[in-house]
Amino acid sequence: MRKERAVVTVIGEDHPGIIAAVTGVCAELGINIEDLSQTVVQGLLTMTLIVDITGKDLRELQRRLERVAEEQRVRIIAQHEDIFRYMHRV
Amino acid sequence: MLDREEILETLRMLLEERLDIRTVTLGVSLKDCASGDIEETCSLIEEKLLRVASRLVSEAQALEEKYGIAIVNRRVAVTPLANVLAPSLRKLSEEEAREAAVRAAIALEHAAEKLGIDFIGGFSALVEKGFTSADEALISSIPEALSRTQRVCSSVNVATTRAGINMDAVLKMGGAVKRLSVLDYRACARLVTFANAPGDNPFMAGAFHGEGEGEAALNVGISGPGVVRAVVEKHSSASLGEVAEVIKRTAFKITRVGELIGRELSRRLGVSFGIVDLSLAPTPFPGDSVAGIIEAMGISRCGAPGSVAALALLVDAVKKGGTMATSYVGGLSGAFIPVSEDAGMAEAAKEGTITADKLLAMSSVCSVGLDMVVLPASTSASTVSGIIADEAAIGVMNNKTTGVRVILAGREGERVELGGLLGYAYVMPVSRHSCEAFVRRGGRIPSPIHGHRN
Repeated sequence: MRKERAVVTVIGEDHPGIIAAVTGVCAELGINIEDLSQTVVQGLLTMTLIVDITGKDLRELQRRLERVAEEQRVRIIAQHEDIFRYMHRV
Repeated sequence: MLDREEILETLRMLLEERLDIRTVTLGVSLKDCASGDIEETCSLIEEKLLRVASRLVSEAQALEEKYGIAIVNRRVAVTPLANVLAPSLRKLSEEEAREAAVRAAIALEHAAEKLGIDFIGGFSALVEKGFTSADEALISSIPEALSRTQRVCSSVNVATTRAGINMDAVLKMGGAVKRLSVLDYRACARLVTFANAPGDNPFMAGAFHGEGEGEAALNVGISGPGVVRAVVEKHSSASLGEVAEVIKRTAFKITRVGELIGRELSRRLGVSFGIVDLSLAPTPFPGDSVAGIIEAMGISRCGAPGSVAALALLVDAVKKGGTMATSYVGGLSGAFIPVSEDAGMAEAAKEGTITADKLLAMSSVCSVGLDMVVLPASTSASTVSGIIADEAAIGVMNNKTTGVRVILAGREGERVELGGLLGYAYVMPVSRHSCEAFVRRGGRIPSPIHGHRN
């Protein structure tokens, strides 16, 4: 089976608990995190996670992350990786 | 592994610069719906559309969620309807045939409503060389058909580089625009008169499923004026050669998204993937403007001297970048300059910097032509025909598509609201001198010598 990944991007004001909340959802759904990086510039957090969603339901991950976004007052976008792959490479 | 900078660049395009897929348009052949009876033809049309296009809206929505990109419009284009209706109209009088064509437009409307799509294109006739009796019936029915529907789009091809310009059709279309403006001027946004119309154009009002197309094909229209404007602004001191290069790179990225969506959606729908149309399609939202790109290049107001050259650079760079990004290029592929749908164009028109004459000049290097231009309600049918003839001549002589989508409403300088994505427009001045004697001569303007390349 071809490996499928999603890219999760979190943007918002930095505060304790954001990473725990996002990674907690991944753990609950049994989704492995393959890469995680973040920068904080003048209090603004930008975090990207690349997660393995092979055999998982991307919609379910999106729904759960919508709730986290609301609780943490940040913006979270979860997208299938192909949009990034396609856009920058032939 | 994915590059973090590329991820953030993609997100910026999606979230801040309004990158979206403007339309996914499913072309459906209705050739097998032609019957000797108009009622039977109409029910076969509805039945086929509901069968073939039933999952278009839901599958497009699933892709929006999967990739986090908006697919703004889902639409259907059908075989030019005059060809489908011909057997049903054979034994009818002129008046009965006209009414039957209206009946067919209503069948398309019903199907579109049930499918949950905003527009259905293909209430069309291809008459560059002459009319069949079905073509005549359909063209004479256009004002009533469009004023009695909300979703049906109509296009008529009156000229090609190979056939020349059918001036009898040009005269009829001037009359159709005039009558439709009186009945419901907003409906004129759903009527376009073409030269060299492509049969795989995904954009309305001119989409139809052309001759030579298969049972069904999915065509994609990309977007992205906001993305291109942002990148041109970022290179404010670059030479024009460098500007062309950055536009090319950006067009590549935009088009790749169209390719991704087109391939996956066609696979999900079980139809063939048609083409990606490399047109930058603006919206009335701030910044999402082709005029804005021209202005970012250093023209203080779109329409000022230099605008045609800037537009030519833009269109060429978009095509070069886009062609690398997709296997199949088609449709109109260029840049749209619809006056009311582009806030920058609408403002330039208000100031008088953009006029119908300037747009005509710009149409020699871009996708369409006089598009969403509002002319005074008092404009005569023959003047509209003269404008159509001028646009068609530009298309025919330059071997490119041109179109006219004009609306007759209000008085010169007045603001006319068209609603939603159609935006607003200020009524442009039009020449007071008559071309009536010219357009009434009729006949066919012969094709140019370079139309015969065999």
